[in-house]
Amino acid sequence: MEIDPFIFRLSIFILSIFVGYYVVWSVTPSLHTPLMSVTNAISSVIIVGAIIAALASSSDNIFEGSSLFGFLAIILAAVNIFGGFLVTQRMLQMYKKKKK
Amino acid sequence: MSANLSALFYLISGILFILALRGLSSPETSRQGNYFGIAGMIISIIVTFLSLGNFGPGFIYVVVFLLIGGSIGAYIAFRIPMTAMPELVAGFHSLVGLAAVFVAISAFLNPEAFGLGSIGAIKLASLIEMSLGAAIGAITFSGSIIAFLKLRGIMSGAPITFKGQHLINLLLGLSIIFLIYYLCISQASNLFWSIVIISFLVGILLIIPIGGADMPVVISMLNSYSGWAAAGIGFTLENTALIITGALVGSSGAILSYIMCKGMNRSFFNVILGGWGASEQTESLQTKEQKPVKNGNADDAAFLMKNASSVIIVPGYGMAVAQAQHALREMVDSLKKNGVKVSYAIHPVAGRMPGHMNVLLAEANVPYDEVFELDEINNDFANCDVAYVIGANDVTNPIAKSDPQSPIYGMPVLDVEKSKSVLFVKRSLSPGYAGIDNDLFYRDNTLMLFADAKKMTEEIVKSL
Repeated sequence: MEIDPFIFRLSIFILSIFVGYYVVWSVTPSLHTPLMSVTNAISSVIIVGAIIAALASSSDNIFEGSSLFGFLAIILAAVNIFGGFLVTQRMLQMYKKKKK
Repeated sequence: MSANLSALFYLISGILFILALRGLSSPETSRQGNYFGIAGMIISIIVTFLSLGNFGPGFIYVVVFLLIGGSIGAYIAFRIPMTAMPELVAGFHSLVGLAAVFVAISAFLNPEAFGLGSIGAIKLASLIEMSLGAAIGAITFSGSIIAFLKLRGIMSGAPITFKGQHLINLLLGLSIIFLIYYLCISQASNLFWSIVIISFLVGILLIIPIGGADMPVVISMLNSYSGWAAAGIGFTLENTALIITGALVGSSGAILSYIMCKGMNRSFFNVILGGWGASEQTESLQTKEQKPVKNGNADDAAFLMKNASSVIIVPGYGMAVAQAQHALREMVDSLKKNGVKVSYAIHPVAGRMPGHMNVLLAEANVPYDEVFELDEINNDFANCDVAYVIGANDVTNPIAKSDPQSPIYGMPVLDVEKSKSVLFVKRSLSPGYAGIDNDLFYRDNTLMLFADAKKMTEEIVKSL
């Protein structure tokens, strides 16, 4: 019997939870704020779905029904991607070691 | 681009995102980690364009919208003051949530485009995944908006509770599950819309009973939700990058919530069910009696610290409110010139989000190797001459160790009272968030400095 591809995706999902668990425990507490802003930025990879939705319209009207929601989602996700990565970068630049 | 090839590229993006988080294990590797994250994002976006292969007028619009959103994001990122970081993060969470809702809606309206079947005949698994993604996304969105309003001070930080609140939340939660069940049977679009609307409501009701100082838990929890919402959409779109990222972010937020709850010695449900400060506050105000405190001024404080050999600074949310971090750094600089050894002690739940104090100190150019966590520094208080408590309160209360009746009993606290003298900067003797009196105020070795955190620190700098 063939394995449903859903099972593969589920496996990836569960393994990633474990990877996330161990990786996040190794994050130093002083960087917990950048951790939140960077996880925020990477979860905006949802923009992939937004792009598919936006370009899905078959009619001439680009902004009809489902693709309109896609375009709106692109704006939201893009704010997050740029904002999230840049603000993380800005914060990380500030962490400096003692000058010896 | 073939589906298999793009799936491999999405996997690479996922791995780059893992490396982005891995980089945060130390400040040195963190900047490189952020570049990995950016690379992963660029790969995902380009691969999506190539696999769609649609470079018509729609593509131009997509790029334009991307740049509009991007410029708004970049503008915010450069302009935002570091003290506003908690509300910024809450605001960003709400955007991820809403984006997830929008993508789920378009998948529901146009399932052919995503290869999920046709309208009225969407594959069962996809229907469950997209309604879960939409529901969690909607909860994330409205919950984060409430958190944002509370952190921004537009809405009062006090917990809003009413009778039957938990029952209503439970009923609404159950109704979402029922609606998803019926949606799977009937595929009726009004059921889908009801799920979205009820979820928005749940998000609001879930966050309003949670008070200001519990915000670190709330933000972490919403962080986690935004991850699960992304994962739900990832399953719908059968996209590995999104599934991996969703799982990473989901577990990251969950771990942070756990650390925050542990920092307050409270269970997650205790925080979520809310209303800690609300019931205790009235009680403690009644029982409060006038006890003598020692009152000092900036000159006393400067004298004490100048003649100390070691000083530990304990910052809290009050430092963030007063924006006192730069003044504090100046004070520490002149103390160091006098040969005083200075370090900083950070409680896990100091401030309004995980790591809040660390970012503010980093902004004021405090080297991160002078900043210590609770476990690392707590034993040092016994050997230190002066503890300078600036804007912290409940996290220093010795009652958490001695009085089993106290609501904060068992919470890990900084052993500030063990140092030879304590300088406590505070505007008044009012209790902190937990609504209980701080025993530390009345100790013999405590000198209260009644003033705004920033003004007091600046005055100390002058008299040093």
